[in-house]
Amino acid sequence: MLCICVCVYRPVLAKAIHSLSRIGDELYVEPQDDGLALRSVNSSRSAYACFLFAPLFFSRYTIPSGHAFRCKMAIKSVQAVFRSLASLEKTVEKCHIGLDEKKNRLTFTLHCKHGLLKTHNLSFQDSESLQAVFDKDSYGNVFRSHPRLLVDTVVHFPPSLEEVTVSVSDERMWVRNHVEEEDRSKSMLTELCLASDEFDHFAVTTQNSVTFCLKELRGMLVFAESTGLPVSMYFDEPGSPLVLSVTDSVLEGNFVLATLSDDSNHRKNNSRREQTPPPPPNDDFMDDDMDSYLIAMDTSIAPGPSATRPPTPPLAVSTYSKQPAAANHRSRLIAEEQEEEEEEEAELADSAGPPNKKFCSLFFGSVLPPSSQTSTQPVTNQEVLASDSEDDEQ
Amino acid sequence: MKFRGKIIDVACLNHFTRVVTTISKLTKICVLRLTPDNLFFVLSGKVANGGVSMWCELSQANFFDEYQMEGVSSEDNEICLEVTPENLSRALKTVQNAKAVKLKLTKKHCPCLTIAAELPTLSSISRVVTHDVPVDVIPRRLWHEFKEPSMPDFDVSIYLPPLKTMKNVVDRMKNLSNFLVMEANLNGEMNLKIETDLVSVTTHFKDLGNPPWGDDASQDGGPSQSRDPEDMAQARVDIRKLQQFLMGQQVNPSKAMCNIVHERVVHLILLHEDVSLQYFIPAVA
Repeated sequence: MLCICVCVYRPVLAKAIHSLSRIGDELYVEPQDDGLALRSVNSSRSAYACFLFAPLFFSRYTIPSGHAFRCKMAIKSVQAVFRSLASLEKTVEKCHIGLDEKKNRLTFTLHCKHGLLKTHNLSFQDSESLQAVFDKDSYGNVFRSHPRLLVDTVVHFPPSLEEVTVSVSDERMWVRNHVEEEDRSKSMLTELCLASDEFDHFAVTTQNSVTFCLKELRGMLVFAESTGLPVSMYFDEPGSPLVLSVTDSVLEGNFVLATLSDDSNHRKNNSRREQTPPPPPNDDFMDDDMDSYLIAMDTSIAPGPSATRPPTPPLAVSTYSKQPAAANHRSRLIAEEQEEEEEEEAELADSAGPPNKKFCSLFFGSVLPPSSQTSTQPVTNQEVLASDSEDDEQ
Repeated sequence: MKFRGKIIDVACLNHFTRVVTTISKLTKICVLRLTPDNLFFVLSGKVANGGVSMWCELSQANFFDEYQMEGVSSEDNEICLEVTPENLSRALKTVQNAKAVKLKLTKKHCPCLTIAAELPTLSSISRVVTHDVPVDVIPRRLWHEFKEPSMPDFDVSIYLPPLKTMKNVVDRMKNLSNFLVMEANLNGEMNLKIETDLVSVTTHFKDLGNPPWGDDASQDGGPSQSRDPEDMAQARVDIRKLQQFLMGQQVNPSKAMCNIVHERVVHLILLHEDVSLQYFIPAVA
């Protein structure tokens, strides 16, 4: 009989669920020996998040012996249990999570003041274990900071922005909005420069830049900010996942986000050394040399068509680009522990390539990594992009 | 062509941001004209934007601690840029707590108005954020389209009631009709009317007062003198345009007034110390 009890109600669990809801639609629940694991993955499998609450987090933590229990459920229904966080914090004294084996329901019971009991019986589906394969400790670039720093950073970017690019040098980090080449003349470019001493920990071994989705970072920050836990960011090279993590003595949260791979290089040859790190952006605004700002632009009364027209017609852009942009998104991070015949499917998707249109996280999921990428991973044969849609059973 | 400006004072930055945000609510694209003394946000009344035109004038000295510019030539010491005020507004809003904000014209991947801000940090090095807002440089031969609109030869000029009150009225009327009749007389009375097949609604304002325009206000010494104070001048306008104006404004004007050219145009003016915003809504039949 599964029985977990949180004696003093703490909003941390609810915040974690809320944060996971920014990733995917389903919550994977797995009570393990080392704690309760809550996980989620987005539909394109380009982002994965996992929280592990150690047994000590709970006042009582008992898990079924013998057979392992795991399930998945709609994250919305779990969120409904913890709706209106603010009032819950005042009224709920403890929260009990149990499995009702007869009815096949997961039961959340909130013990409120004045003996009030709120019971939510949530249906669930059996599922395989969801586990991303990543080894953040092998990553060269590691940063740790108070969440406030990242919150203050992302605030400069509009909510509609999908991806940001993070570049690092030995003592600075630049965060930029990622704009497709063809949109550059229309879009506003925002760049923020952070000095290394704003971070608690700032270690760079390779000066490079990665592009990833902002939405999941925001999701992580929701959690980190509410708990005040420092956020660590790990990344390596473009194309390999970026990991955001928070740790505490009783909980650990990891967000694994796919990054945009460098264009042409990795498709043609798998040698990672070919990928030259982008030159660090120049920072002419740091010095206050007046003249460097003033760049002359000619708008004399030129004959011919208006000078206000966009600098390059779209046609010209496409002829210059060596290969369709955005045909290079892949993910190598999600693997369910069973291996299935998905491999072939994934390969197919790779050769076909995603539509040559605006970068969209949907493209992440269906592609296998080139073999060189596997070196950072402990278990190579687990890189299966298995979909769980097949094994859905009620 | 060179331009660089620097704002240090928080109040100035805040004020400038509010002006730009107001503009961004009125139009998606407008022209920013820079002269040695002033900045202008201009929207010329083209059919594409519903015939609405706008003229907003700021004195640079009231906002910028440093302001340097060099126009196209010494005779035409101006710079004309087509900008998206929404982008400027968004960039400025995120740097409200900056120690200093620089605006400058730069040539990056395309001509840009770059907003660079130095943000306070705990560390010794400031955090720097830059927003590159793409702009189009407008060639000199098109400049004539962006001159100050002449004051229309209005029939009635009147002070507006509190804009918030007016907004509430217009918001409700918008649910009933697409067009609104604004009428006013020289007796300080203004009516906002809608008329549909089903319903007629009129909101009356009185004792608003009429601004004392000098002789230069209207071309022929002013029809106002000979005009019957009770006689209403009216214009039927697109209610959305009026609503946009009332909704977006964040300038908190010290004076708000309205000139009506009978059945031709409504000319709204907001004055606030150093900022003036004029907005023209053409009348529809």
